[in-house]
Amino acid sequence: METNLKIKTQQLAIALRNRALKMALDSGSNGAHLGGGLSAIEIFATLYGAVMKYNSAKPDDKERDRLIVSKGHCVLAYYTALNSFGFLSDDELLLFEQNGSFLHGHATRDISKGIEFSGGSLGMGVPYAVGVAIAGKRARLNHHVYVIVGDGECNEGSVWEALMSASHFKLDNITLIIDDNKLQYDGESKDVLNVGSLASKLDAFGFKTQSVDGHNVEALYNAFAQKAIGKPNAIVANTVKGKGVSFMEYRKEWHHSRLTPEQFQLAMAEQPTLILKSDD
Amino acid sequence: MIEFTSINFRTWAKLGQRGAFFGVAVFDIAEQYPKLMIVTADLGFLSGLERFMNQHPQKFVNVGIAEQNMIGVSAGLADEGHIVFATTYATFITMRSCEQVRHYLGYMQSNVKIVGSGAGLVMGFSGNTHYTIEDLSMVRAIPNITILSPADATESVKIALAAANHNGPVYVRLTGELNNPMVYKEDYPFEIGKAVVLRPLGNVTVFATGSMVYNAIKAAEILEAKGILVRVVNIHTIKPIDEAAIMESTQISKLLVSVEEHSKIGGLGAVVAECITQFGVAVPLLRLGIDDAFKHCGNYKYNLEQNGLLPEQLASAIENRYIAL
Repeated sequence: METNLKIKTQQLAIALRNRALKMALDSGSNGAHLGGGLSAIEIFATLYGAVMKYNSAKPDDKERDRLIVSKGHCVLAYYTALNSFGFLSDDELLLFEQNGSFLHGHATRDISKGIEFSGGSLGMGVPYAVGVAIAGKRARLNHHVYVIVGDGECNEGSVWEALMSASHFKLDNITLIIDDNKLQYDGESKDVLNVGSLASKLDAFGFKTQSVDGHNVEALYNAFAQKAIGKPNAIVANTVKGKGVSFMEYRKEWHHSRLTPEQFQLAMAEQPTLILKSDD
Repeated sequence: MIEFTSINFRTWAKLGQRGAFFGVAVFDIAEQYPKLMIVTADLGFLSGLERFMNQHPQKFVNVGIAEQNMIGVSAGLADEGHIVFATTYATFITMRSCEQVRHYLGYMQSNVKIVGSGAGLVMGFSGNTHYTIEDLSMVRAIPNITILSPADATESVKIALAAANHNGPVYVRLTGELNNPMVYKEDYPFEIGKAVVLRPLGNVTVFATGSMVYNAIKAAEILEAKGILVRVVNIHTIKPIDEAAIMESTQISKLLVSVEEHSKIGGLGAVVAECITQFGVAVPLLRLGIDDAFKHCGNYKYNLEQNGLLPEQLASAIENRYIAL
């Protein structure tokens, strides 16, 4: 990864996390999915900032890469990324969780806003991504399909049905990203349902699998760059739920919660400032 | 192009509703719509798709025995511009993947046509796991899904073509056996949402759907011989329902009857009841269908008989209710 790109992507992640915290504050007593949003910040920053091919002026471009956000509750990372790259305006971002708004707590498909898929019910995105990838293969389109799931979401059987079919159809135009933050509603994933090693399961399901630090944009970038031929790709992103805010990290209570102005100030005080400089 | 001739109708009847749909109509659809895609969950051969698989391998996807995945894959294909028909047994496509149907077809409105075969009691000795008696009730409650139920093999062909031409999600409910009795012996106009009046006059109006349209006609003939004139209306579109056809019937007849190879709960009978309640008209309604029970299995005729759905039984139930008016 070139140094400039790396610094830009790191800066983007900082900006997204700041904006995500502000979104959570603005959602007031409705609350927001903070834990799983903050764990996915670097994944979204890397995808939008350095990996994916898209054009916000032409959101329905046939050759665009498709991002299927199956883990629909990570909107703090998703909406802020869409905002940073011209799909959502600043004013639109303020509509988050307002009555009658199109910016739900789980993203709803709207191609004009760069949202490919309606998330919310877990285990829905991977089958859909397989369909999109088969369509891409048969039409000989040169796009890549990225699909983001949570580690808790991988409890759903429909995820594994879809993984089997991705492998069967040799969909090397698909990359599964697991935001492996190791917490779900009722506690640590290994205590709720211990699935063992996700990476070895993905290997066994026929994926080229890489495990990386999901908060290291360079590691993520390098993993995205190493795509297999003839088989689907998977990246297990080792992440921390609530990443970047000391009192949220590793705490299931912050899966969905309201953020008070005092807590917001404490959280912002911990954020790095955007002092990193790129050469340009 | 498919020709709607009496000779073809007789041929299609032998194939049944499923055979006519997947052995005949899909080839015409493939010619008209280059973006057709058919998806199944390990029921390609059984669905009569062997010829299609061989002729159009690029338009066919088999996901294995994984119905939830089938609906998701279908939605992904549809949102990339394909016209997708997904098929397996009606019980599995509507119930194993019920939330998928709600999510992708209802909520996301992906242009997927799910085609459930073997609906009702026709699966015989396979038993209750394979019967489909709750599907209309479940799918009907989901927003945005058109529900179609052909009366015979000819209407199955018409519905296949209409579903392909309809921009939006559809559930097609296929009933009956091979050698599907013919309701239509000559061509007729078909339109989604527009009921077909098969017998226009009578103090009784029978609304029937799917396999029960033929049995309703037979019951009407029995009753006519007894001096009771019975209208028969084919409700091939369960949703959106043809409210005008039901309203008209309340003005013509003193007794309304619904007949369906579906639970008496939540299906056609419920639709008619909801309509007349909404209209505020006081016409009695006799609802005939499958009892609210998982009974012992048997062959198709036995199963129909256990639920009072054979023509003589329908005629008797209608006569008793009519006399008691």
